[in-house]
Amino acid sequence: MDFNFSKEQEQLGETIQRFVAREYSTERRKAILKSREGFSREVWAQLAELGLLALLIPEEHGGMGASALEVLLTMNAIGKALLLEPYLPSAILGTSLVRDLGSGEQKKAMLPALAAGELIVVPAHGEAGARYELERVATRATATADGFVLEGKKAVVLHATAANMLLVSARTAGAVNDRAGISLFVVPRDAAGLSLQEYPTLDSQRAADVTLHEVRVPRQNLLGPEGGAFEALSAAFDLGIAALCAEAVGALSASLDATVEYTRTRKQFGQPIGKFQVLQHRMADMLMHVEQARSMSYLAAMRCTDGDAAVRGRAVSAAKALVGQACRFVGQQSIQLHGGMGMTDELLISHHFRRLAAIELSLGDTEHHLEKFARGAQ
Amino acid sequence: MDLNFTDEEQAFRSEVRAFVRGHLPGGIRDKVLNGRHLTRDETMDWHRILAEHGWGAPTWPKEHGGTGWDPVREFIFEEECAAYGAPRLLPFGLRMVGPVIMTFGSAAQQQRFLPRIAAAQDFWCQGYSEPGSGSDLASLKTSAVRSGNHYLVNGQKTWITLAQYADWIFCLVRTDPAARAQAGISFLLIDMKSPGITVRPIITMDGGHEVNEVWFEEVKVPVENRVGEENKGWTYAKFLLGHERTNIAGVGASKRELDRLKQIAAGESKNGRPLLEDRAFAARIAQVEIELLALEITQLRVLSAEAARKAPGPEASLLKIKGTEIQQALSELMMQARGPSGLSFEGISATYCNLRKTSIYGGSNEIQKNIISQWLLKL
Repeated sequence: MDFNFSKEQEQLGETIQRFVAREYSTERRKAILKSREGFSREVWAQLAELGLLALLIPEEHGGMGASALEVLLTMNAIGKALLLEPYLPSAILGTSLVRDLGSGEQKKAMLPALAAGELIVVPAHGEAGARYELERVATRATATADGFVLEGKKAVVLHATAANMLLVSARTAGAVNDRAGISLFVVPRDAAGLSLQEYPTLDSQRAADVTLHEVRVPRQNLLGPEGGAFEALSAAFDLGIAALCAEAVGALSASLDATVEYTRTRKQFGQPIGKFQVLQHRMADMLMHVEQARSMSYLAAMRCTDGDAAVRGRAVSAAKALVGQACRFVGQQSIQLHGGMGMTDELLISHHFRRLAAIELSLGDTEHHLEKFARGAQ
Repeated sequence: MDLNFTDEEQAFRSEVRAFVRGHLPGGIRDKVLNGRHLTRDETMDWHRILAEHGWGAPTWPKEHGGTGWDPVREFIFEEECAAYGAPRLLPFGLRMVGPVIMTFGSAAQQQRFLPRIAAAQDFWCQGYSEPGSGSDLASLKTSAVRSGNHYLVNGQKTWITLAQYADWIFCLVRTDPAARAQAGISFLLIDMKSPGITVRPIITMDGGHEVNEVWFEEVKVPVENRVGEENKGWTYAKFLLGHERTNIAGVGASKRELDRLKQIAAGESKNGRPLLEDRAFAARIAQVEIELLALEITQLRVLSAEAARKAPGPEASLLKIKGTEIQQALSELMMQARGPSGLSFEGISATYCNLRKTSIYGGSNEIQKNIISQWLLKL
């Protein structure tokens, strides 16, 4: 057992922290928020240059072949600086699905382009009414002579508009909640019959509901075995949960730091409000949430790539349930302790609050994972 | 980073497990698993069995007769002992006065006291709190007045755990009444057989006799029994409290109690199904289990960092708060799991009452939050 990062990992962590501190000031972020796409292609290219889009890509395809710990360090920094770029949907979820399911040819075509930041690929999996159940897929894919026809609707597809390709899950067999029978398809965003309804998310990122009506894809766009995508989806989402937990820890500790600093400088009744014990104890509670969340982000990172799906699932569910509660407590108390200033759009703390709330609702909320963990723990 | 135990650590775990299973007396184990109090002999017997195997001081360095284990081995040892139902080694000698003597005591004190602690020959207790000095420990009034080669000690200590069994008590006493609160305190080692010492039991709400009042009336204590410098006792006291807090987390014992909770919940029924399968109750158990899982990692993180800098830090307060919250939550759930049977005043309901102490002792959890605010958040 060892709690230290390697020298190389420490250096990577420092590089990313320096990068976001330099390139992602609150002012710059505000400008990016107002831009057409809601994220910066320039920053995306810089992330590619730093090798951060290639963390999960094997070396033979021009990537870093890194572990979940490098992802954790990257996500810590992303959470701290509140990056708006589609890192989680494309560099983590989309990339790992292509890596795990793609044929030799698909990988050759997509992975180097993903690493270079030339390609954005996001999963289009969730559906209205499925909540967080991974196997509940109603979208259908019907085989034709040379390919498939997709019919259905996908909900809250992150950064769908920015993506070049969507990885659409659709049922080629089975009932609506069967694990077997789910297939994944690479669908160009501009495919005929595919339409997007875009909207901003709670945390000012972009998402879309996707309608697929008679969308025709050739057979070579099938990603992975026909009807056999569930295991890879589950593995990719577990990795995504670990990444979200790490991002949360970055955002949580930034929120705590900002709150402590604010209560040191804000004066009322002739003294800094941080001198009041009722607020000190609240911040001590926040610190305990942050440190427990940090511990669980380590556990999730170390187990999310475990070959045993039960071990993996148990760890990420425990982590997400605990981190979700930390997100809620620390987020809410950060606003409370900032008083009226916490309510303003101007201060970064309200943006942290919204991101923390969004993380809690993403890839399974606290209740979902608590119940999942409880079922597995009996 | 690697959260897996190494092969050597796994082998060590097997070794500890085999030893505990082979050597823990059945009577002691029964009492621990059912939350009953141990006698002095039972407590000392287990410690002696470990000492004879060379494990009498699992948290001490080798040069003082300890095992020299790293924090991970200490953790494994504690976990394996707790899992099978071994009593927790009492912290007063091993975790409290021992490290103080090692760090601040004279060579003569080290030779005199440390081997007897490690060998389970002396039973120690802690004389910190007074009736008027609980959380505000530095306001303590028990006085020690120098008279030749002795101090004359007068005053009253309270909440002294297991003083009724103790051979020695380490005390914070006031040696300079004129100085500012923290500045006039010294750290004395006092033989419990000294004339003038009276021990009076305090019966707690669970019906148990764990704590006592200890009265000092003109008690003669040789000056050579003072640890470190006169009037510097507060420094040693704070050092000791840091060690105490790290130990209080009790992750190993809480894991055992979690298993016990699940067993109880599996045996009770609700709506004709095992209570363990009730969604609401299962979610409450899962909540505590997840907190405990996180605390285990947090504890190992804190202990590894402490080992690297060789001193406990304010992070120990976090372990104390979380650890005691979990202990209390588990005992509460166990009592609730029993349903109306929980009304009978026996092991589980008595333990529920008894464990309310955990968020009060060792510096109340509110005091721990003051420490976190001051030292970690720097407010």
